[in-house]
Amino acid sequence: MNFEEYAAKPLLAAQGIAVPRGALARTPDEAARIAAGIGAVVIKAQVPAGKRGKAGGVQRAATPDEARIHASAIIRMTIAGHLVEKVLVEEQVPIERELYAAVLNDPSSKGPLVMFSTAGGMDIEEVAATAPEKLRRQPVDIRRGFSRTDAGALVQGAGIGAAEGTVADVLAHLYEAYRAYDAELLEINPLALARDGRAVALDCKFVMDDCGIVRHPDIARTGTPEKLTGLEASAKAAGLKYIDLDGNVGVLANGAGLTMTTMDMVRHHGGRPANFLEIGGEAYTQARPALELLLSKPGIQSLVINFCGAFARTDVMSQGVIEAIEALKPRLPIFFSVHGTGDEEAIRLLKARLGVTPLATMDDACAAAVRAAAR
Amino acid sequence: MIVRGADRVLVMGITGKQGTFWTERMQAYGTRVVGGTNPQKAGTLHCGVPVFATARDAMKGAEFDVAVLFIPPLMVREAALDAIEAGAKGLVVLTEHIPVQDVMVFVAAAKERSAWILGPNTAGAVTPGECFTGFMPAFNERIFRKGSIGVISRSGSLGVLFCLNVVQAGYGESAFLGIGGDPIIGTTTRDALAALDRFPGTEAVVMVGEIGGSMEEEAADYARTMAKPVIAFIAGGAAPEGRKMGHAGAIVMGDKGSYASKRSALEAAGVTVLDTPSAVGAALKARLAR
Repeated sequence: MNFEEYAAKPLLAAQGIAVPRGALARTPDEAARIAAGIGAVVIKAQVPAGKRGKAGGVQRAATPDEARIHASAIIRMTIAGHLVEKVLVEEQVPIERELYAAVLNDPSSKGPLVMFSTAGGMDIEEVAATAPEKLRRQPVDIRRGFSRTDAGALVQGAGIGAAEGTVADVLAHLYEAYRAYDAELLEINPLALARDGRAVALDCKFVMDDCGIVRHPDIARTGTPEKLTGLEASAKAAGLKYIDLDGNVGVLANGAGLTMTTMDMVRHHGGRPANFLEIGGEAYTQARPALELLLSKPGIQSLVINFCGAFARTDVMSQGVIEAIEALKPRLPIFFSVHGTGDEEAIRLLKARLGVTPLATMDDACAAAVRAAAR
Repeated sequence: MIVRGADRVLVMGITGKQGTFWTERMQAYGTRVVGGTNPQKAGTLHCGVPVFATARDAMKGAEFDVAVLFIPPLMVREAALDAIEAGAKGLVVLTEHIPVQDVMVFVAAAKERSAWILGPNTAGAVTPGECFTGFMPAFNERIFRKGSIGVISRSGSLGVLFCLNVVQAGYGESAFLGIGGDPIIGTTTRDALAALDRFPGTEAVVMVGEIGGSMEEEAADYARTMAKPVIAFIAGGAAPEGRKMGHAGAIVMGDKGSYASKRSALEAAGVTVLDTPSAVGAALKARLAR
């Protein structure tokens, strides 16, 4: 789950990291009022996307009136497809230098990775590619943690002089925040060295591990829900994994890998998949709501149903599909491929109740569905 | 991480619905289940084997080699650490949706004690003719038959499809290793490839990958050094960028983890990359005939 800047910064502050004074505004008047209490401010569009500055979504204002003018221009802007509905109004921090700090899940070392760079304010992938000597990385044994001493060692000799101590504090706190909030990414870019000697998080990117959300229900309420289409939202409410695509061949399969492969095969045979819809794991009994959902998608010309049972039993899944078909009597052609746990019973049920024989392979089923959609 | 018929297996969470269902099937297939765990039912018998409060207790009462975990997501960290401290040689972690930082904790602990981990979020492993651990249809002879092809898959359902195709083509499997769909897993594709390379009776390896991460690229580096042919399929070529496709690990960000990057890395290493799963039989015939 992604957190926008305004939701992430208070979490950093709670862990002892300095952030600019500020507040969230939803109207230009509100922005002006907040600015009146601060002085010179920055108005920052709040949308779940990067590169807000380039899009004109970040402006400086010296007075409350300027704050109002900028806020009214930024609110209702569209940035990377997102309508701006709120702005963060923050004090201007006199910057000496911009740094970079992050902690993230690292699949290579199978643990947390702390990163620090003196090239702040830039895209970190660009820094890694063009000036790798400016990027310091420290893999962490999560059982040992990342202490203030470890942080000191990481920044030592990086060329930030007397600020080493302050920055090491930030890194140690950032690691604590990463652990406390089940983060998969916590990034401060830029981390500003202010003229008054403070290290201040000017921007923050926080992604919470979706599997950790259950441990942080209160914090998760301040996160930004994934932007979903109507069908995606109803699928989510029903506990199904569904993604809308723009094709006309509907796909229903069990397991993530098999569902992706079914989409791939539709494309391989010259068709366009209409969706990703997986019933897998514990959700394998959900075939009926899944099929009902899929049949309500406009523009679907044919359907491929591909079951391969390991944990999921194909007879149970087929039973659900049969019930949905009997209830809804869809008119579009449906092609089945059924293999694995429970397949003999599944094939018998499909024949007996729907008069349908599954095709020998998933390729056959996908190719047939593509042909039917083209007709 | 290849479980053998002689290995003694502890089923953690044996008394639950899935634990019971799959323990019975593992036993019927020949897996040597020596005990189970459930702190509330310690001292009882379940599926004909003793139930212990912890894996450490089990190690005293019914020595085991491999622990299979049928445990809910938020309880896996403690259960896995228990099995590792008890001295398990390996763990099969089936659970999906374990917080990643919990996974890091027990993966680090396992590494320190030289224990292997399959998963999390795996359907398990099958050594045809010997045993299986997890929830795979090992007993279905159209899918699993003793043979010479090693199969690695991040996904259970897709792994089943490939094994079906391998058997339909007239081959069988030396071992199937489900490594799991999570972003951080104990055994990577490369680790599994190395294990099958060394596993006697394996003549070729079929590697079923997915978009996301860089495991297939790392496995390509190992495949380059192998004498045995490697055949690969990468799921997710038609997936849109930036969306999580069911498996938490399957997400493409920009070029990183993309289908194209994986395919070219594998092909450069001499791996045959398939366009469709049903082509695996023909590819095996071609590569093994050389």
